[in-house]
Amino acid sequence: MLTLRLFMLQRVTALIMAPLVLGHLALMVYAIRGGLSTGAILSRTQGSLPWALFYGTFVVAVSVHAAIGVRVIAAEALKMRGLLLNVLSLALCAFLLFAGLRAVLSVTML
Amino acid sequence: MSSDTNTLDVSVWRGDAAGGKFESFQVPCQESQTILDIVVWIQQKIDPSLAYRYACRVGMCGSCAMTVNGQARWTCRTHVQKVARGNRIEIAPLRNLPVIKDLATDMDPFFAKWVEAEGVFHPTLTRDDDIARVNPSDRRRIEADAAIECINCAVCYASCDTVQGNPDYLGPAALNRAWTLVNDVKDGKRSGILDAVSQEGGCHNCHSQGSCAKFCPNELSPITSIAGLKRETMKSFFGRR
Repeated sequence: MLTLRLFMLQRVTALIMAPLVLGHLALMVYAIRGGLSTGAILSRTQGSLPWALFYGTFVVAVSVHAAIGVRVIAAEALKMRGLLLNVLSLALCAFLLFAGLRAVLSVTML
Repeated sequence: MSSDTNTLDVSVWRGDAAGGKFESFQVPCQESQTILDIVVWIQQKIDPSLAYRYACRVGMCGSCAMTVNGQARWTCRTHVQKVARGNRIEIAPLRNLPVIKDLATDMDPFFAKWVEAEGVFHPTLTRDDDIARVNPSDRRRIEADAAIECINCAVCYASCDTVQGNPDYLGPAALNRAWTLVNDVKDGKRSGILDAVSQEGGCHNCHSQGSCAKFCPNELSPITSIAGLKRETMKSFFGRR
């Protein structure tokens, strides 16, 4: 159920996620050790295109990567095939995109 | 368990594709006895209807593989003393293949996947051409040589959890064969092989668990061959774009 195209999509999204995860962890350490309040964090993120791009890219990469991973598990463990498998993969990808981008927009929009 | 140390308690799977169960036999211990010796003894001395497959008896033909005490093995080269638990031996047909009868499995799906993976030689020369010169120290030849001693026993295929979870997966043996041809300078269909192993059941489904390399009786490493195929298909993916 994994073609070369899906395999490459999963590997490329992993490559994209790796530095973003490190950046996110560094940010968490900075925010907590610096004692930033919610308001102070939002004042930095709201209206910031770089933060919207940083977390927006992360959400897109996660949505594609996770959907392909779950697709393999569903096929091997639950024996899903064909249309049902495609619908599950696309639905999960769409849900993660919707939930993730909604969260990103809520902290980066003015 | 048998109280007599000179006797083995042997459970042999009996049945067909519709189902079956284990049947017990008492088999005398012998010097340097192999698992295949046990099966032959049962068939010749106790039950002539026992079905199994073998040919060469010396680890070359790859036809006698069975599941012995839960692990796929070539039975002609597996000594009883190496695998017996106490005096107990359990012998079953190979996993991941349809059972024809008793210990004999249908190998058609296994070999069909070799063809599906383009694991057949694609000649480029005719008998009128000179013999192709192959440099044994060439990197690609060394890669091919490392994978070429496969005897088609299907031990790797039966041991592979990915095959179990995904029956469309081509499996370690077919992909290992494809890798030898990808590295064979005499083969004329390198890109065709890479396309064939990039389809739905192709090499990218391998989870790199490594059962194929762990259980291969010839100590080959199909997982290394599959990693090579992944690498080459990735290169071709970017090369085409």
